[in-house]
Amino acid sequence: MKVENQKSYIKWRYFKQTIFFGVVRLSALIITAALIGILTYIFFHGFRAISWDFLTLPPTDSMTAGGIMPAIVGTLYLTIGAISVALPLGVVSAIYLTEYAKQGRWIRIIRIGVNCLAGVPSVVFGLFGLGFFVVFLKFGSSILAGSLTLGILILPTVIGASEEALKSVPQTFREASLALGVSKWSTIARIVLPSALPGILTGSILGVGRAAGETAPIMFTAAAFFTASLPKSIFDEVMALPYHIYVLATAGTHIEQTRSLQYGTVLVLVGLVLGIDLIAILIRSSMRRKKRW
Amino acid sequence: MTRHFREIIIRNLFACFAFFSVLILGLIVIFLFREGMPIFQQISVFKFIFGSAWYPTYDPPEYGIWPLIVGSLVVTFFACLIAVPLGVLSAIYISEIAPGAIKEYLKSIIELLAGLPSVVLGFFGMVIVAPWLQETFDLPTGLNIINASVMLAIMAIPTISSISEDAIYAVPREFKEASYALGATKYETIIKVIIPAALSGISTAVILGMARAIGETMVVLMVAGGAAAIPQSIFDSVRPMPASIAAEMGEAPFGSGHYHALFATGIVLFFVTLAFNLIADYFSNKFKEVGSGTL
Repeated sequence: MKVENQKSYIKWRYFKQTIFFGVVRLSALIITAALIGILTYIFFHGFRAISWDFLTLPPTDSMTAGGIMPAIVGTLYLTIGAISVALPLGVVSAIYLTEYAKQGRWIRIIRIGVNCLAGVPSVVFGLFGLGFFVVFLKFGSSILAGSLTLGILILPTVIGASEEALKSVPQTFREASLALGVSKWSTIARIVLPSALPGILTGSILGVGRAAGETAPIMFTAAAFFTASLPKSIFDEVMALPYHIYVLATAGTHIEQTRSLQYGTVLVLVGLVLGIDLIAILIRSSMRRKKRW
Repeated sequence: MTRHFREIIIRNLFACFAFFSVLILGLIVIFLFREGMPIFQQISVFKFIFGSAWYPTYDPPEYGIWPLIVGSLVVTFFACLIAVPLGVLSAIYISEIAPGAIKEYLKSIIELLAGLPSVVLGFFGMVIVAPWLQETFDLPTGLNIINASVMLAIMAIPTISSISEDAIYAVPREFKEASYALGATKYETIIKVIIPAALSGISTAVILGMARAIGETMVVLMVAGGAAAIPQSIFDSVRPMPASIAAEMGEAPFGSGHYHALFATGIVLFFVTLAFNLIADYFSNKFKEVGSGTL
């Protein structure tokens, strides 16, 4: 009888385990289904709208027909601007934090600063960009103001990724170089940075993807409903893909009529952003396999 | 000597660059206050935060952001109700249960989900979820709390999942081995050993996920419906703080009371998320100390 009891108790314990594993698998399945569902839906509604003309022509008939070329160009400009701000700043910050800084109060403050910056809501970045770059520095609503705003938005991402990459370079590399009498800076520039470069780039590419998809920070700092011509200088307003989607989906008077344009734009944006992310993910996983240390 | 001198210059130069993030954070605070403070000459801080009427364009205007704060809290709460179990359970699956190949796929999927632009989720919520909700539950509008919460949950899941996963990985192997050696099943080990040991890391993940949800703009702007009133049910429309800022900033005349009120809303939003982040930072520092040596 006792043995019977014990047996059924063990059965009960494994039964609980089976139930739990089922629930856990289900949750992973729901997440996967959500992503795949959203992507397939967008793809099947969007790809009919996409044609060569859609990608290369400006909008016509007060944005109810035509293409999205200016928005694509604008998003490219803003993204390039953002990464040229964030990459140098982020990499240098990360070098300081991992290579030079000693544990102490300043480092603690810098770390908290970076963490808090990472948590600032995107719309607050937009407000800051408006108050500081657009109004105070008088850049106006422009590529410059938008790029700077997006740049500081992705700065924590770049710092985090670079730090991670720098930390993964083995300590022995540095020691070998220093033991040869090479100065600290030369060690960093010639030994540590080249080894960490692929990791830094992957992280930065993820940052680029984020910058390309953000809407709220550029709403008041760079984006225009419609521009008749392509921007000529960095002080011009631009159209941008995410803002274009928002405008077409909510603000137009022909929301239903432009539905296929909206799907097309969404597909282009998703393709762009997830394409960028996917490249980063693939580079990283191939790097992990090739890693020599 | 010159080489030594050069090293010192480089070190200090880099320190200045590294300090830039803190500087920007400071500038954000300064400029939010610079543009937001003038509103408090018209209205007291208490009335601004707890005032229940948000009619910034009326004459006389009313600037009470309580309905906006409630809107933000309500959608964040329901989003967490969905995102926390899904995020934490998927993290457990990835780090403890899934076989190698599935693990890598799932991690990529969660990363891609994190990369999905918020405007795309907003669009999805507007075009697909809203009409479906409206028809199924026979509602006046599908743009409401429940729709916004589901979309926000999708945004918060990657944050919660990836940080929880790190926390679970950080649990020392000896803990698990000791548990198995005592005859515990995998389920018992996860529930009674791994999760308690990773709890502060998981708390960090949940708090950061909430911060993400409360500050998210495009989703609530497009999907929450935009009614600046205290909601009575989960099928009511709300107007969370970020939505209000994003929707109205374009129309608010520069330097007007409305403009300053929106910046002041930004101040509130900034400090709410800052508080979340500082709490998360506190938890994650506590969790660093957890290891086989300290227990």
